[in-house]
Amino acid sequence: MQYLEGRRYVVLAIFTLVGVLFASRLFYLQVLDDSYKTAADRNTLQRQVQVPYRGLIYDRHDSLLVTNTPVYDLMVVPREVKHLDSARFCQVMQLPLEDLRLGLRAARVYSRVRPSPLIQNLSTPELAAIQDNLISFPGFRVQARMARAYRTQNLAHALGYVGSITPKLLEAPKYAHYAPGENVGISGLESFYEPVLMGRRGVQYRLVNVRGIDKGPFRGGQFDTLSQAGQDLHLSIDAGLQAYGEKLLAGRRGSIVAIDPKTGEILCFVSAPRFEPQMLTGKGMGNRYMDLLRNPDRPLFDRPLMATYPPGSVFKMVNELVAMQLGVVNASTGFPCDQHLIRCTHNHEYPSNLNIAIKNSCNPYFYQVMRAAIMRGQSKNKFEDARLGLGQWQKMVKTFGLGERLGVDMGHEKRGLIPSPEFYDKLRGYHHWNYKTVYSLSIGQGEIGITGLQMANVLATIANRGYYYAPHFVRGIGASGQPLPEYQQRHYTAVDTTLFKYVIPGMQQVVDGRGGTGSFASLAQYGISVAGKTGTVQNSHGPDHSTFGAFAPANDPKIAISVFIENAGFGGTFAAPAAGLMMEKYLRGKVGRGRQRWENWVMYGTAPTHH
Amino acid sequence: MSPVTPRSSRSIDWPLLLIYLVLVGLGWVAVYAASYSPDAPAHPLSALSFSELMAFNWFKQLIWMGTAVILIAVLLVVDYKAYDTLAYVLYGGMIVLLLVTLVVARPIAGSRSWLEFGPVRLQPAEFAKFTTALAASRFMAGINLRNQNWRDQAVLAGLTLLPVALILASNETGQALVFAALLLAYFREGMSPIILLLLAAGGIILLLALLVPKLWLVGGFTVVLAVAFLLNSRLWRHHLPLSLGAWALVISMVFGVDFFFNNVLQPHQRQRIEMLIDPGKDPLGKGWNVTQSKIALGSGGWFGKGFLNGTQTKFDFVPEQSTDFIFCTVGEEWGWAGCLVVIGLYLTLLWRILLVAERQKSVFSRTYGYCAASILFVHFTVNLGMTMGLMPVVGIPLPFFSYGGSSLWSFTILLFALLALDAHRKQDLVR
Repeated sequence: MQYLEGRRYVVLAIFTLVGVLFASRLFYLQVLDDSYKTAADRNTLQRQVQVPYRGLIYDRHDSLLVTNTPVYDLMVVPREVKHLDSARFCQVMQLPLEDLRLGLRAARVYSRVRPSPLIQNLSTPELAAIQDNLISFPGFRVQARMARAYRTQNLAHALGYVGSITPKLLEAPKYAHYAPGENVGISGLESFYEPVLMGRRGVQYRLVNVRGIDKGPFRGGQFDTLSQAGQDLHLSIDAGLQAYGEKLLAGRRGSIVAIDPKTGEILCFVSAPRFEPQMLTGKGMGNRYMDLLRNPDRPLFDRPLMATYPPGSVFKMVNELVAMQLGVVNASTGFPCDQHLIRCTHNHEYPSNLNIAIKNSCNPYFYQVMRAAIMRGQSKNKFEDARLGLGQWQKMVKTFGLGERLGVDMGHEKRGLIPSPEFYDKLRGYHHWNYKTVYSLSIGQGEIGITGLQMANVLATIANRGYYYAPHFVRGIGASGQPLPEYQQRHYTAVDTTLFKYVIPGMQQVVDGRGGTGSFASLAQYGISVAGKTGTVQNSHGPDHSTFGAFAPANDPKIAISVFIENAGFGGTFAAPAAGLMMEKYLRGKVGRGRQRWENWVMYGTAPTHH
Repeated sequence: MSPVTPRSSRSIDWPLLLIYLVLVGLGWVAVYAASYSPDAPAHPLSALSFSELMAFNWFKQLIWMGTAVILIAVLLVVDYKAYDTLAYVLYGGMIVLLLVTLVVARPIAGSRSWLEFGPVRLQPAEFAKFTTALAASRFMAGINLRNQNWRDQAVLAGLTLLPVALILASNETGQALVFAALLLAYFREGMSPIILLLLAAGGIILLLALLVPKLWLVGGFTVVLAVAFLLNSRLWRHHLPLSLGAWALVISMVFGVDFFFNNVLQPHQRQRIEMLIDPGKDPLGKGWNVTQSKIALGSGGWFGKGFLNGTQTKFDFVPEQSTDFIFCTVGEEWGWAGCLVVIGLYLTLLWRILLVAERQKSVFSRTYGYCAASILFVHFTVNLGMTMGLMPVVGIPLPFFSYGGSSLWSFTILLFALLALDAHRKQDLVR
């Protein structure tokens, strides 16, 4: 028996071995491997994000344009659905049977125990219709959230819209802290001022038990943050003027932009054809968006910011100012109306000075003004002379905010085009072009593109006699009541401020002079002097575009405006009266009764009698 | 055999008693933490009525502990010779009880092993270990395992396997497995080590057959055998039939695994083994227990989250938290340090029992000591192994820790019978 005693050590060794094995396994599980700690947190910690109340949007007279409203999603928890009478359900919920089938399947694929949305964006009345019946359908419940609601039918292009964040946006670092399914400003001001409007999310870490039931805050809530409501935006838009502008351009394609020259505040921002902002919110938004997208008139296209047109004769003002700055012409310079250089559309008196030339929009006169500005004999080679001259011209023109983004508070602004010498080098070849190649620029035609906003800004610059504030929509953010700092800075052009006064009498003559091309814009009957300039833009897509740029009152400008109406012919015909009506509406607060015929004229083209 | 007044209080093995008390005390703390609910009403416990208190596992465990004290007193006062004398009687009674249980028991969680007396439920299988250990020790005292008396060995095997068969019939696979522990005691008393080795090798081969492609296994084993023959010509000459037999056995085992796995095992047992091999396969379904148990343990870190601060424990992520998975609470709230203390306590307990067993003068007492140690060891190994994902989920309690009257009582009886025998060892004549 003695030797069996040794076996006690075998048994002892087996016991000890297992103990050591367990201790080391536990060391790995508990100390070395961190994954179980995160798994434990995943089990019990629920991060609840509290989406703050989105900031509201007001117009310049503090009338509410955009607000929030609760909408309801009908959620389904597949596991809790019992004995579903789908025929009755579909009848009560007004839902096609096929949608219910697909929705339930998608929900099951996502999770059997977590709620998935079945019908989204139910309005309060829609909810009321189904709420009483919900009790008989276990597994279905309603979840409320906030959505945008609009108190205006206008301004859709500027306001933009709010929607669920797209996967593409989620990848952008700017949206790194957004979660899928959260609302975000997709376009327009909603997008540009997203951080301001959004506010700050609150985050609560809650403990949950195995059934997902809340068990109170994590570590007494020491990591929680409170949500902070978004800040309101106070727009410079005049809602009444905006509505009027949209009415005038109903049925046309084009844009109207009005700016308060003293501040750069945008007073109205019309893009036609229009659509209503509420189309891009609530139930069925996706379908309506696709309809708008497919519309051949492209209502979603934000024309004032994105459509670039040759400006036509309005651009003659810029050329004249540049030429005066270069010292090659002055207000009393006269040029013959030489039809061999360029056709003149108006039969008029001899342009012996600037005023006469502007009033009659004399093409040969401004041909010669720009030629004087470009061909200054800086080189004996006329090609090189044109290159040098155009280069200096381009730099100076750009200081008017042309060919550059003005920096409006909206994301999708287009630059437009002010051609450089290199542009023509590329187009025609180095030293293969001279002034005769580019002369169209002298009357605002050819290889030049500006947006409606840029044109309005040029008028505001002339109205201010030489400077502008970058146009902007928001004059007050939240409690501060201030616009962004970049909109409180004056921008001067390359043209001396003393020179601007020379072009204004001619522009007044355009409207109020005998036989002026923009006489339809006159507000002389109210004692308001308007300075303006017509433009007629040839284009390859049918009839000419009709443009008009103006400001009023000429001596103390309160509004600068640009009107583009596509394919509407001579600028004085439709664009000028539209501008006149808009300025009247803004300056007087109403449109005189006798002027309603002009409204009809602009809207329907029915002939008015000349006043 | 003159009746002598036992002076057990003086000669009782105090270290074992102390370890027992510490384990039961710590176990109660763990059960309290596991059954603690953060939403429980805030009024003082004194305001609760008895039946309200009975809703808490920790309170019921207190009652079990109180009754265990009575049990201990009885065990120590009873004439120590009764364990020897009554061994077969108790064994026979237990067999009858197991049979009765099989007939009258209502199935609870798929097993017909619980007897119900009003609010109290007892599992006879828990006590069958004790009676079988007594009977086996008694039988062992009368034979010599070394003599390779086939009849004796067959009787011993039958004695052991009869309760196993009855417990298996009641669908308590886990409890039946524990009886394998007795082999360790038999080994100490002279059973051939080959049986242990064969069982261990068989287990390893079965496990490998599940984890490794079968042809690799067969090929590998064949190559090992061939190399052994080439290197050792004696092996070739003397042990060819044995070696070939072993080879054939291994091959049949490897290919028999699938049959065993798919046809012999019940679906839930199959799943438990599948989950052991690949717990990530269905973490929210069949793998839930093991996954959550590992999460609770693993999130404990060095020193744990603190008493009553275990989130996985408090919020019911681990099922069977106060019974079979009680060690999760230890791991989560007391960390690796706490686990080390508990494992250390168990090892100390086992070492001490072996020491106590070896100092017995009678074969009966020594064998019984080994049986007790082995049974405790198997419970410890299987329970902790399951909690940390090293073994399939087999529902057997952790001695002294797990909530439950049956298990606390049965382990108390198991241990204190030994203490009683030990207290009187000097009065025992070497037989």
